[in-house]
Amino acid sequence: MSKFQFPESIMSRPVYGTLEPRLGHAHLFVADAEGAEAILDLAKKDPGLMSSAHIIFIPRATGETYVEQLKALRPAQFYSGPSYEAALPRLRRVFSDASMGLQVYLSGTEGLMGQAQSEAMQAGIAPAAIQTEHRGSVARRMQCVHCKGITEDVMTDPFVCSHCGLNLFVRDHYSRRLAAYQGVCIDAEDPGNVPDPVELYS
Amino acid sequence: MSASPTKAKAGAEKISVVVSAKVPVNDLVTRFEFKRQDGGPFPTFSGGAHTVVEMNDAGRTRLNPYSLMSDPEDTETYAISVRRDDEGRGGSLFMHNFVNVGDQMNITYPVNLFNLDLRARKHLFLAGGIGITPFVAMSKQLDRIGGNWELHYGVRSAALGSYAEELSTKNPNKVHVYEDDKGEAIALEALLNGQPLGTHVYVCGPKGMIDWVRQTAKQAGWPDDNVHFEEFAAPQPGEPFEVRLCKSDRTITVGEHESLLEALEREGVDAPYLCRGGACGQCETDVIRHDGAFVHRDHWLEDEVKASGKKIMPCVSRFVGASLEIDR
Ligand code: FES
Repeated sequence: MSKFQFPESIMSRPVYGTLEPRLGHAHLFVADAEGAEAILDLAKKDPGLMSSAHIIFIPRATGETYVEQLKALRPAQFYSGPSYEAALPRLRRVFSDASMGLQVYLSGTEGLMGQAQSEAMQAGIAPAAIQTEHRGSVARRMQCVHCKGITEDVMTDPFVCSHCGLNLFVRDHYSRRLAAYQGVCIDAEDPGNVPDPVELYS
Repeated sequence: MSASPTKAKAGAEKISVVVSAKVPVNDLVTRFEFKRQDGGPFPTFSGGAHTVVEMNDAGRTRLNPYSLMSDPEDTETYAISVRRDDEGRGGSLFMHNFVNVGDQMNITYPVNLFNLDLRARKHLFLAGGIGITPFVAMSKQLDRIGGNWELHYGVRSAALGSYAEELSTKNPNKVHVYEDDKGEAIALEALLNGQPLGTHVYVCGPKGMIDWVRQTAKQAGWPDDNVHFEEFAAPQPGEPFEVRLCKSDRTITVGEHESLLEALEREGVDAPYLCRGGACGQCETDVIRHDGAFVHRDHWLEDEVKASGKKIMPCVSRFVGASLEIDR
């Protein structure tokens, strides 16, 4: 599938690139759903890299579509799990065992890449050692600035906070620490006056 | 010694000092300690900073940068260590042979082009020979704030390992010394690959060592941001050449054993500088026109800029050809 080009926005909004093979003795891939395609593409550029690769994959709605293809790359280690939360203990263990030279490759949805990036940076990995490539859904991980609750996979603007029920406007203002965009109440001044939700980037 | 009258206003501000100690460290290295003439406190500095020492060598002004190796918080004394270079341009020989306790000198305020990145989880120091000096100050700074550091220090022999014994006795678990004459060498690849996430590496030593570390770190997948190096180029002698100075409206000749910057200073032209080693960018000068080839020796200008012939770093770079005109 072709890659979605996000329009230019404020500085706060993360920008994503294309995964490129890098030098190093260990390579960690974290991907969800169509993010698998970015790994498959990279493996074509440098098949040798896979012998020192660890792939953590969360298929989400893609089910079994990519699992066998990724395994066929023969990475040193492969893990597939139902959710980011389920993969997190493993991710943390990889980071705690890792040493300098580890290259991190993140691909898939913004929510997945953002969370894994924040985890990597807390582990001391330099931002320069982390690459990202957006693939698949343009859904956003949103934080309600009022109740601080996180709503995953937001596809429309405005949307309803899954925690406090406020109608939230989707901003491009992004928190790297939380790996979430900020959602701000859209009808605070005139409660109930809520525009019809529009699908993001439609 | 007093400031030479032709000394330009350029460079970091000066401090008048008196040599308070001259301590032979080994056959090649001597430590010089300075106190302020006015009795006041020195500014504190950060580990990795250098000072430019002004020498009046029989009427010729020499300005050589040396890393400060005293405790950065010590405002009473500054210390540098000077390795005697018998083949060099003479600054180190002058220090060794003619500078003595009680002499008055000028040195500049500290300038740091090799500072610690305090976001690092660990600081890995790689020193070769006299390249040890900035790390002496850095380790003192880190000890004060509980920073995590480790030193790997290559020396020619035990006898020439400046401060090696002192450092290892004080920090037996942090300091590793490699003696060249015993065939010992840093196992660099393994060392780099074994470092915890968030480590920054710092290298100071001969050019070959710096290149080796940078190259090996790149191969090992270290981001450039985590690799720090101090590379002072010493100006090299070369064929004398003429330069037309368009602002000053005159033409001067750069002698075989002086740099373009030194020639400007000799002529009383105010030319900016900080490091005098092609590292800081301060002396960058526009070339108005030229007919000939540049000998670029700095680590400042990008390769494309060097190739364009539009800029020169007078502290280390030279020119060979028919004519050169610069914006000074
Ligand atoms: S004085 Fe620093 S680059 Fe020339």
